[in-house]
Amino acid sequence: MKRIETVDDLGRMREALSVPRPDEVVIRVCSTGCRALGALAVCDALDAEVASRDLGGRVRVVRVGCHGLCAGAVAVLIDPKGIFYKNVTPDDAGEIIAQTVIGGEIVERLCWSEDGQIVPQRDEIAFYKHQRKLVLQNCGVIAPASLEDAVAHGAYQGAAKALSEMSPDAVIAEVLESGLRGRGGAGFPTGRKWQFARAAAGDEKYIICNADEGDPGAFMDRALLEGDPHLVLEGMIVGAYAIGAAQGYIYVRAEYPIAIEHTILALESAREAGLLGENIMGTGFDFDIEIRQGAGAFVCGEETALIASIEGKRGMPRPRPPFPANSGLQDRPTNINNVETLANVPLVIVRGAAEYASTGTEASRGTKIFALAGKVNNTGLVEVPMGATLRQIVFDIGGGILRGRKFKAAQMGGPSGGCVPAEFLDHPIDYDSLQEIGAIMGSGGLIVMDETTCMVDIARFFTEFVQSESCGKCVPCRIGTKRMLEILTRITLGAGELEDIDRLVKLGEMIRESSLCGLGQTAPNPVLSTIRYFRDEYVAHVVDGNCPAGVCKALATFVVAPELCKACGLCVKACPVDAISDGAKKILALIDQDKCTACGVCRDTCKFDAIITSGAPDDQTNG
Amino acid sequence: MMREPVEDTSTDQGVDPAEVMAVLDELGVGPDSDLISILQDVQERLGWLPAAALRGVSERTRIPLSRVYGVVSFYAQFYTEPHGKHTIRCCRGTACHVRGGQRVFGVISDILGIGEGETTPDMLFYLETVACIGTCFLAPAMLIDDQCYGELTPKRVETILESYQVK
Ligand SMILES: Cc1cc2nc3c(=O)[nH]c(=O)nc-3n(C[C@H](O)[C@H](O)[C@H](O)COP(=O)(O)O)c2cc1C
Ligand code: FES
Repeated sequence: MKRIETVDDLGRMREALSVPRPDEVVIRVCSTGCRALGALAVCDALDAEVASRDLGGRVRVVRVGCHGLCAGAVAVLIDPKGIFYKNVTPDDAGEIIAQTVIGGEIVERLCWSEDGQIVPQRDEIAFYKHQRKLVLQNCGVIAPASLEDAVAHGAYQGAAKALSEMSPDAVIAEVLESGLRGRGGAGFPTGRKWQFARAAAGDEKYIICNADEGDPGAFMDRALLEGDPHLVLEGMIVGAYAIGAAQGYIYVRAEYPIAIEHTILALESAREAGLLGENIMGTGFDFDIEIRQGAGAFVCGEETALIASIEGKRGMPRPRPPFPANSGLQDRPTNINNVETLANVPLVIVRGAAEYASTGTEASRGTKIFALAGKVNNTGLVEVPMGATLRQIVFDIGGGILRGRKFKAAQMGGPSGGCVPAEFLDHPIDYDSLQEIGAIMGSGGLIVMDETTCMVDIARFFTEFVQSESCGKCVPCRIGTKRMLEILTRITLGAGELEDIDRLVKLGEMIRESSLCGLGQTAPNPVLSTIRYFRDEYVAHVVDGNCPAGVCKALATFVVAPELCKACGLCVKACPVDAISDGAKKILALIDQDKCTACGVCRDTCKFDAIITSGAPDDQTNG
Repeated sequence: MMREPVEDTSTDQGVDPAEVMAVLDELGVGPDSDLISILQDVQERLGWLPAAALRGVSERTRIPLSRVYGVVSFYAQFYTEPHGKHTIRCCRGTACHVRGGQRVFGVISDILGIGEGETTPDMLFYLETVACIGTCFLAPAMLIDDQCYGELTPKRVETILESYQVK
């Protein structure tokens, strides 16, 4: 790509590149998240079809980032008509080209369907209709490996404006006024953070993009870096200009190979085009970015630990103050922002603070991206205005619970967060409202749980996670979480006692008060929130010796409900220990309790929900 | 000043110290190297971090061996033992957990006959768990090297593993 020597160059280039070509068909294949189900083979097959039919020049196959509706992987969007195809395989390529691209007909089999009706148009699908895509507007549209494509869609406009028309103080004022708060978890106002870093004494300052995304169940930052990396780089350029940094770092977790690949490509092409390096776009501002890979430690998402890791040390947090804004990387003033926070910055600059702030709630402006996963139909990446309700996210957008089961809770904020029960489905979600109900926004991981999820098991799961990720520096976190894990483990094994529940609360509050860093301070949250809302489930474990969800193996008995069983034999085949027998046809399945390991495969396999656990609330058949 | 080279008493089996040094040369390991990045590069080349490599990195970067070892033992990603050609990272994240991730781990473990942190006798696979690989929407999921696989069922796991055994 040509070097962009001036801000006007960028504008001219955008105009030249974004000439509409209405006669061209663009097939946009998600080649990032969907790669897990063979997206690259789909791209190749489509390319081959296009070539063999001599359609080059009129039909273009573009490898894009996440379309959002990951439940439809491999997901394909055909523009300009906006047709969305799901679960595409290489074998579908011929039909897509012949029938849809050439013939203008829909391939019904590949269409998304709702309530038995096919919905070929992407924008008509409920999952998309109820969203507000601002930060994600180009994710799934542009080819992340192409700087030209990003520029054609408006990339670096905000950086150009900030660097050429605004003073650093004006940039900070704009960000302050926009009300943008950090998307990495704590929700700290970004403009204030930048003010601190700008005011800090020192000639050399750093800006760091936190792409560690350690919260299991979260994939927003991954999708942004994979699908629109230039947006994040642009946010960093603006931030660096505002605080006066010449060097930046992106700290990406090693478990994200595609994000790393796309970030490196983006850095190289931006540097080549003069968007990074010396005298960016002729504005006299110098700034460059290096990438650093994490090495598999959750605690390195915490800012002081992350800095230690970039410095090549063990990733141990240290007490604050001093805050990184005053003494961070190499003891120099350092500003750390999350990927999504930085991706919001160009929006603020291009649209202006007032327009940005018109979305969201009073105290939480803009949109939030959620990673919707777990027992929900439409898993994927969702962007909604702050203040949307859980019901809108899980039901309107998410299409409700898998297999029509009942919503039990949404786990929000990962290991630092909590479980939000059904009673808060209509509660508007923002930073403060979630805190009130014992969860946190966190980074935006949202895991939906149904009645087959055991809340004690979930609490134990998170405690095991934080316990193994505790860096060991402070005692409350290192030993406290271990004691909590022991108690939770014995409860799930059926050896708990009633007093254990109060012990957990007491211990949890102590760890919360006395730990050194955010990891320990928030580690008890999943336990405390499940005790707060699902105490009866704990009691069932310790008093009745029963795991109502049928998850804790020692406390679960699976039986077949005869009135529901259709003797189809699926569970018989699925059982890994051959504990289920069906005799001849029409004879109901029977579970041999001596062989059964309570793994639950049969329950997941049964199409008629005929496998139930003894003691489940709606269980009438078990005597 | 460089110290006198210490006599190599490493117990690294099957490791040729000359090869290790050649890799360090090629990567240009020196006093300005970034420790974690350089360890990642060395491991990428050698598959693991033999004692000879740690010693070499320490000498060339002038970072005390104790600190190098401290870093290596802190991060889950570094291996101080040889392990299989392919690394299987089975996700133990929340989304995978609620959708049967433990079962997937059990299946892999049964098929390969190894547990977490172990390598198959033929040195083909190394099995570990990770906190999340960001493919939660296709839970349960796993990574084999850099290739991600989602919506795993026992059957699918079997087919995937076989495809590597054939290769
Ligand atoms: C244990 C722990 C893990 C964290 N992990 C992340 C993470 O993965 N990504 C992130 O952006 N912030 C993470 N944070 C928050 C960061 O410390 C920091 O607040 C954030 O990156 C600031 O960015 P923001 O102001 O843009 O939100 C974590 C904090 C703690 C205590
Ligand atoms: S929880 Fe398994 S991929 Fe995220």
